[in-house]
Amino acid sequence: MNSSAKLQASLVLASRFENIEVAERALVDLCHRACCAEDEEYWLVTALREAVANAVRHGNRRDPERLVRVAYVIDNSTITIRVEDEGDGFDPADIPDPTDPENLLRPSGRGIFYMRQFMNRVDFSPTATGGTVVVMVKDLASNDNDRPGA
Amino acid sequence: MKSNIRDIGDTRIIELGGKITIGSGDVKIRELISQAIEDDKKDILFDLGGVTAIDSSGIGEMVACYTTVTKRGGQLKLMHLSPKINDILQVTQLITVFDVFDDEREALGSF
Repeated sequence: MNSSAKLQASLVLASRFENIEVAERALVDLCHRACCAEDEEYWLVTALREAVANAVRHGNRRDPERLVRVAYVIDNSTITIRVEDEGDGFDPADIPDPTDPENLLRPSGRGIFYMRQFMNRVDFSPTATGGTVVVMVKDLASNDNDRPGA
Repeated sequence: MKSNIRDIGDTRIIELGGKITIGSGDVKIRELISQAIEDDKKDILFDLGGVTAIDSSGIGEMVACYTTVTKRGGQLKLMHLSPKINDILQVTQLITVFDVFDDEREALGSF
């Protein structure tokens, strides 16, 4: 990636599933500007979509009056994505391991697992108003020339 | 998400394309399975060759479809996984649940 410049963006979104696409487009734009590898971009988008989907569905319970705040920073070959909801908070330790054989056929409960798989670090904490903020960090590879048009 | 249906013998092949993600694709595959049940098709083969992304809701809905079809005495199998969709099935361990094929004839012969 192009590590010479700090890149950042932020969004404030109503709690609608359609806005996951908006969050994705902003991330893709940043990834293009940073010359991230295509595979890297794909997995970053995958983790971001899970975080925003969780904020919309579980945090804000799809109430469009409640907002989801997304912030992205790419600096020193590291991307940090922060997603904040206005929900009632939760304890990620309460989410069972979806790869446990007894949970494999559960239709839900894989979102946080996805995020942890595709990012280097995923931390949850409560906001001052009782919502949840998730901060996801990934170290980016040096791939200045491996993307078409980079 | 795009879809196309083909029936080969007793098996329904459901070709999927685009994103199987929350709020759209996940609902669509549930409807496709309901339609297959209404049409008395027990065995389902999902062709994922055109799928570009599948999130945890999409994976969850595929698991729910698997359970629905299995409980009715049928089978649900997958074919034409892209490397990334295969990676997702690997990390979620769902590769141990679904039968996966690269070749349609081989897949159809397995039911």
